[in-house]
Amino acid sequence: MPSRWQRNRVAFETIVIKEVTRFTRIWVQTILPSGITTALYLLIFGGLIGQRVGEMDGHTYMDYIVPGVIMLAIITNSYGNVVSSFYGTKFQRHIEELLIAPVPNWLIVAGYVAGGVARGLVVGLLVTAVAAVFTDLSFEHPLLTLLIATLTAVVFSLGGFLNAMFARSFDDISIVPTFVLTPLTYLGGVFYSITLLAPFWQVASLANPILYMVNAFRYGILGVSDIPIVLAFAIILVFIGVLGAAALILLERGVGVKS
Amino acid sequence: MNALSIRNLAKTYPRGVVALRGIDLDVEAGEFFALLGPNGAGKSTAIGIITSLVNKSSGTVSVFGHDLDRETEAAKACIGLVPQEINFNQFETVRQIVLNQAGYYGIPRRQAAQRAETYLKQLGLWEKRDAVSRELSGGMKRRLMIARALVHEPRLLILDEPTAGVDIEVRRSMWHFLEEINRRGVTIILTTHYLEEAEMLCRNVAVINHGEIVEYGTVTELLHKLHIETFVLTVSGDTVRLEPIEGYTIRPRADGGLEVEVPKDHGVNRLFAELDRQGIEVLSMRNKANRLEEFFLRLVERQRESAEVA
Repeated sequence: MPSRWQRNRVAFETIVIKEVTRFTRIWVQTILPSGITTALYLLIFGGLIGQRVGEMDGHTYMDYIVPGVIMLAIITNSYGNVVSSFYGTKFQRHIEELLIAPVPNWLIVAGYVAGGVARGLVVGLLVTAVAAVFTDLSFEHPLLTLLIATLTAVVFSLGGFLNAMFARSFDDISIVPTFVLTPLTYLGGVFYSITLLAPFWQVASLANPILYMVNAFRYGILGVSDIPIVLAFAIILVFIGVLGAAALILLERGVGVKS
Repeated sequence: MNALSIRNLAKTYPRGVVALRGIDLDVEAGEFFALLGPNGAGKSTAIGIITSLVNKSSGTVSVFGHDLDRETEAAKACIGLVPQEINFNQFETVRQIVLNQAGYYGIPRRQAAQRAETYLKQLGLWEKRDAVSRELSGGMKRRLMIARALVHEPRLLILDEPTAGVDIEVRRSMWHFLEEINRRGVTIILTTHYLEEAEMLCRNVAVINHGEIVEYGTVTELLHKLHIETFVLTVSGDTVRLEPIEGYTIRPRADGGLEVEVPKDHGVNRLFAELDRQGIEVLSMRNKANRLEEFFLRLVERQRESAEVA
């Protein structure tokens, strides 16, 4: 009889391997598109339009948007991985395999989040490699960059998990990414510094959590940020705490997965 | 020791549908037990609660002495479930599905691979181990769900209509396999619509209807409560102009034979004599196989009558 720790370790590994196998098996749908989109963003916005934009915060426009574009890929892929995988698990009902097994709820959440983080980071690496073709990429604070990327992927993996729990149809898993996530990401300073905005919109932008993540990530790569890094970390950790607790409570109650 | 103890288990769904009205049930370790009832009776809800797929409204469930609320993981580790509907990942291979399930129960990869091989071979699926599950036939999918349920070697195996929709050959091979599993000491609880399945495999049964256990006992005891037996007669002669015979209910069959309901206190001598008088010769006679189904229908009828009287 394995100890509880051993049993949980094997169960966690099983979920993570299953998740990683899933997104690597369909890599044309899950990994490749972000590489192509990034190449287009950098070619058009960074290369063609960027030459006319001039410098931003002391960097060429191409260099300035690279961190935001990488973060955009991490956010959309970590969210997309968990929302589609967990909803698919519900839709095909093989979530029941997990619910009947002695797997604690926190482990189910952790396993799916780890899968989302893995895809977010794999795609982030690909996008970084694509960006390196267009610009001389160097990292001011490499460990900080990796930490922010990972924590952001955790936040959006948890978001995807919650979305999947509430979703009742495939339409429901595309509503949040289309109408909430994409606008917030584009308005989160991916392509511009908020100092370019009118004072009112600068303040309004501070309510956008993605702004903190993009800026913290940009700080890690370029050493510049519109907001204090400590505040960015605090906000990310608060989001992880709140979303993680919500996911656990909902799973405990069986919302969307039990009758 | 009881493999399963249920006390005052109740479930009311959010829209007010009462599925279980406080049932009590004990299943001894080592039993092959049947839970019978019509659609909507509450069988699947009860199984759903026991296997943590449905939230209960009240009551307690204990599996081999482990309370499902307080010792959830220990209780869950004892149970294997073969659900009514296909619920595995349609894009994964047969072996992957079984290995994943073993992983969820904390069985290390190497040991899981050995067990997967054992059960897939026993269930005739080893040749299909690398096939994507959606490509399997209906019978193979059922067997895959049994292999998956057994890979962590549960002490209590619950099968919710495991042979629904499979042909008789597959059904019989599954019966033999389940009997073998039961002989090895695994307690089995079965729900089924093929009532001969319960008669053949199980010693004890509980009948559930409208969310309540309405009968509980051995199959033999329950059948003794059946006051009418149904016989199928192969006959020669003109059955079209057959006159009614008092005390017996006779229905013509599509194959030209007759189906006759015989009250136990009537016997068959007078029936044969009457048929002979009307020029009909009985060539052979057999008991209709689904006596338990008959029992169940009568039970529901009796309940309806007593409700009307009340």
